[in-house]
Amino acid sequence: MKFYRSHVLVAEDTKSLLIGAKRIEEALIESIQRFGLQDEIRVIPTGSLGYEDQGVAIAVYPEGIVYCPLTLDNIPFLVEEHLLKGRVVSKWLAPFKNQDVSRGTYETQYIKDIQERFVLQNVGIINPENIDEYIAQDGYVALEKALFSLKPEEIIQEVKTSELRGRGGAGFPTGMKWDFTAKSINEMKYVICNADEGEPGTFKDREIMEGDPHKLLEGMMIAGYATGGKIGYIYIRGEYDLSIRRLEKAILDARQYGLLGNNILGTSFSFDIFVHKGAGAYVCGEETALIESIEGKRGEPRKKPPYPPTAGLWMKPTVVNNVETLANIPLIIAKGGNWFKGIGVEGSRGTKLFSLMGDLNWKGVVEIPFGTTIGDIVNNIGQGIKGDKKLKGIILGGSSGFLILPPELNTAVDFQSLARIEAGPGSGSIVAMDETRCIVDILLNIAQFFRHESCGKCTPCRVGNDQIVKILDRISYGEGELEDLTTLEDLAKTMNSTSFCPLGQAAPNILIQALKKFREEILIHIQEKKCPVHVCPIETSTVVSESNLKGMH
Amino acid sequence: MQEKKSLIEKLHDIQDNHPDQHFLPEKEIMALSENDRIAPSKVYGVATFYTMFSTKPRGKHIIRICENQTCHMAEAEQLIEHLQDLLGIGIGETTKDGLFTLELSSCLGMCSVAPSMMIDEQPYGNLTTEKVNKIIHQLQGGGL
Repeated sequence: MKFYRSHVLVAEDTKSLLIGAKRIEEALIESIQRFGLQDEIRVIPTGSLGYEDQGVAIAVYPEGIVYCPLTLDNIPFLVEEHLLKGRVVSKWLAPFKNQDVSRGTYETQYIKDIQERFVLQNVGIINPENIDEYIAQDGYVALEKALFSLKPEEIIQEVKTSELRGRGGAGFPTGMKWDFTAKSINEMKYVICNADEGEPGTFKDREIMEGDPHKLLEGMMIAGYATGGKIGYIYIRGEYDLSIRRLEKAILDARQYGLLGNNILGTSFSFDIFVHKGAGAYVCGEETALIESIEGKRGEPRKKPPYPPTAGLWMKPTVVNNVETLANIPLIIAKGGNWFKGIGVEGSRGTKLFSLMGDLNWKGVVEIPFGTTIGDIVNNIGQGIKGDKKLKGIILGGSSGFLILPPELNTAVDFQSLARIEAGPGSGSIVAMDETRCIVDILLNIAQFFRHESCGKCTPCRVGNDQIVKILDRISYGEGELEDLTTLEDLAKTMNSTSFCPLGQAAPNILIQALKKFREEILIHIQEKKCPVHVCPIETSTVVSESNLKGMH
Repeated sequence: MQEKKSLIEKLHDIQDNHPDQHFLPEKEIMALSENDRIAPSKVYGVATFYTMFSTKPRGKHIIRICENQTCHMAEAEQLIEHLQDLLGIGIGETTKDGLFTLELSSCLGMCSVAPSMMIDEQPYGNLTTEKVNKIIHQLQGGGL
């Protein structure tokens, strides 16, 4: 194997590629060749380095220095100074908390210190399109261990010991789910990876699929071996083009290496994985709607029970796990359930990925152990609210998630602590809102989303979301009445308790909480016909609300 | 080990065969229905359920702009209005030259670079009206 004195990693996730990361990679290679350094320095594309919102980023190893944002013009000078002459170009170092990171504590180290990266351990380190690099990072060691030294029931026991809970939102114990599937006797069983990441404000799974696709495949293979599954499907949204391409490449490579297909690694275990592209429907994130969609039907949820572990895809026993859940599996098997249990807190073991966005100084995906407080995530990693503004609230876990107020920031992000304030980690999205945001405006936007995404199968969800939009729209135009609040509460309660699937049940979550936590602000819209932060069209417009304009539709 | 193609995959195939119009022609839907012995109402039921399919001809480039929470907070509405003015079409409509169709989209998972949109398979983030002008202009000139 060739030895290089230095490696330059170029972040090539979706967001970096769209701002020219590929051209930066090409320019680096060209400059390196011009200086005749091609035998000493290697340029490698990798996953996200965490700077997509600022620009194209590269990391230079072994120093561990990150440069960002870079333009094409910077490259010749950077190559000459750093790679040829060995001088760090401080002016282009990635900014972090305005600290001078050129002395001693390098940026990559800082990012590592603040997080605990297990699921994301290879993201931004390896080339996701090269299976050898995954293997060089102990990739597929867990699969080998599973196949050669563990029985399927021992694997399930290990996952139970780890206390891993599903990362898709519901938090169901993964080991139990696997156990149910393993105990369902059938000659055909399936493993489905739910990669239909559609919850507004969530982009964590994308980070795994774009940055370390083999980790997901390995998790699925182990799930197949443990439960008796023979075929795995990755149901992924059609919009995730780069994820789809990288997963398909990873599957082809794994087949070539004998890691997928018949008699894997010479054992009697046979398993294969196929990517199934979605076609644009949020409801397909619900596991039975997803299964219907793989079967080629409209993505409408099924009646439960039976649950997928007994009768899922084609009515055969099926494990359905989220991308992040499956990406946790290789480490649990390689290092043991007890090791995993040592991370996080009681009831919530391991780490959790969070997508940070909204009015924060730093936005992106982070991995932190359960038990970190919301305030820590927002203030230390997200570096607080942009500008001189104050935090108004946080939407945790997506549009069907929870509303967190500033006094609740010291709550830890784990299932139990969050349950005490009637919340949960949900999909792991954190949207921070500053004081200039209007709650009526936010609620209306969320309601419009659910009205659009309701599959229409059941009345409470189909009609309820439409009614909520109409009422909130009227309130935003200053046409609200006091009794609207009672109507909203009734609608929300009805939807919550009578909708057919979790989409309809959770759709009014934020609304229910806002009616308690921001009641005052909503009342001002109704009684004083004013929007305190001047976002709603009340004062500025002579136009009437959508419902009064068009009538019922 | 691969099982036979599902209806959705077959619809993807049909639509991909019309790269200039991105739609499912009635003739081909009927042919598929006959071939696979699935009632036309069922095929249409599926085709109209998913936002990525269209039973009406669309433009060569499909613009999907996100209007969900994070993009909304980043003033996506202004961009949507700007795009409508720029192209002279409303949401769901196609330009006269058949080049663009403008569609609203649910979250594209690009929230850290909101506001965002996709044109065909290509995502764009941190959008401003200037950036949008440039992108559209380039596509009008043929290719990026």
